[in-house]
Amino acid sequence: MKIMICPLNGARNISEFVYGGEVITMPDPNNCSNDEWADYVFFSDNGIGIVCEWWLHAATSFWFIAERHTATDEIIRTYKASDIFKDRVEFALKHSEAKS
Amino acid sequence: MPFSLLKYGLNKDYPFEQNADLPVPTKLKASYDVIIIGGGGHGVAIAYYLAKYHGITNVAILEKGYLGGGNTARNTAVIRSNYMTPEGVKFYSESVNMFKNLSNEFDFNIMYSQRGQLTLAHTDAAIRGFRQRAEVSKHFGGRTELIGPQEIKELVPTLNMNPGHLPVLGGLWHMDGATARHDAVAWGYAKGATQRGVELHQLTEVLDVIVENNKVTGVKTNKGIVKCGCAVQAVAGHSSLLAAKAGFKLPIVSYPLQAMVTQPVKPFLDQMVSSSALHCYVQQTSRGEIVFGGGSDPYPLYNSRSTLELKESLLSSAIEMFPFMANLRLLRQWGGVTDMTSDYSPIMGLSPVDNYYMDAGWGTWGFKATPICGKTMADLIASGGKVPELIKPFAMDRFKEFRQVNEMGATAASH
Repeated sequence: MKIMICPLNGARNISEFVYGGEVITMPDPNNCSNDEWADYVFFSDNGIGIVCEWWLHAATSFWFIAERHTATDEIIRTYKASDIFKDRVEFALKHSEAKS
Repeated sequence: MPFSLLKYGLNKDYPFEQNADLPVPTKLKASYDVIIIGGGGHGVAIAYYLAKYHGITNVAILEKGYLGGGNTARNTAVIRSNYMTPEGVKFYSESVNMFKNLSNEFDFNIMYSQRGQLTLAHTDAAIRGFRQRAEVSKHFGGRTELIGPQEIKELVPTLNMNPGHLPVLGGLWHMDGATARHDAVAWGYAKGATQRGVELHQLTEVLDVIVENNKVTGVKTNKGIVKCGCAVQAVAGHSSLLAAKAGFKLPIVSYPLQAMVTQPVKPFLDQMVSSSALHCYVQQTSRGEIVFGGGSDPYPLYNSRSTLELKESLLSSAIEMFPFMANLRLLRQWGGVTDMTSDYSPIMGLSPVDNYYMDAGWGTWGFKATPICGKTMADLIASGGKVPELIKPFAMDRFKEFRQVNEMGATAASH
């Protein structure tokens, strides 16, 4: 059994977790070009090395970040998303922009 | 006692037969018209059709390991064309047709065997999807039908009609479904290509792709720098890593896929049977072993290791489908790295680098496309970059234009 350490629930079986993709910077959805958005949504470095990834502890719906090596499958460390994401992202157009 | 064996045993050089299927390798030349990176089924098929139909033989296939030693030897050798989209069905149908005649064409037995492929539906939604796939297949000349539980029982009497408490409601019966020996396909193409003058260089790894003014001019290998007029990458499982050397990103994430095989038993299963709800496909080889595989692993990894979780879930699904398999012993287990695109269709055609062509994103559907991919990629290379109609929908640009070819529902075991 492979173990992952959830920042909220501690050491759990990896089968309780769901992979959520690499942590990458999102372009501004309201102002970016189609190419930039496609690049963000579909394209990936997909390299060998330590990558930062989103993971979900399914049983508690807790999203966090894990650093994992993509060839050895070694989980280097896991931490709360709030450690690096401090601001809320607004997807909806602001009221003034929507009107114009 | 064959004394010749003893002679070879004492000789420090590897013996090459006089009339071997593959010629003795020569030294790398300084330059080739076409360099094919990757000596798997796809790479050698491209070389074969370049030589056969276009007379282009100043070609080198560079393979870092051995001929057909990567994912060509790791897939579960299923040939079928019962996809969902017209683009996909047209493309894979051509491949299914080409497979039928390959043994004759090669004068080498690829053990092609048309057995039919049956996908089980356990939900109303699956039945609806199957009905659409059957109609699309028929429209393009395929033999695919939606059949009911009674017909399934008659077709596969050993199948448990209530596996995992998911009653079988119907099935997509694809009579064109077939299997062939995957190694032999690579060997046959390699033999045909090298006999026409193509060079196959094994243990030759491409370390870097040389790009000047956004145009590929050569590759750096562990045996020196080789110049080329154009290059094509056909390295399933490592597509993103090679593309990064050429300087661009791909819409691919690489996941391992695990499969396994039991000890041989008497023939009991003609058809290839899969269940998308149980994430499992089962077939019996001509030797009697039962091969079964499932979906890709739940997260990306460049490693062909096996995991207990996948083994457990795959085995339990296979036993649910064929309960007597519980008495069989597992013989081997293996994994391969699959380059998954988000729409479950391949990437073929041009790349952001001039004269550098793509044959990538083959996820879990690469083997069945070997002949048609080789042929159309050869047409593309020989024409200097004119993309054949058949593979136009699979251009990498489709992701930038949001025109994906969605085949997610048409995999034998959903991922």
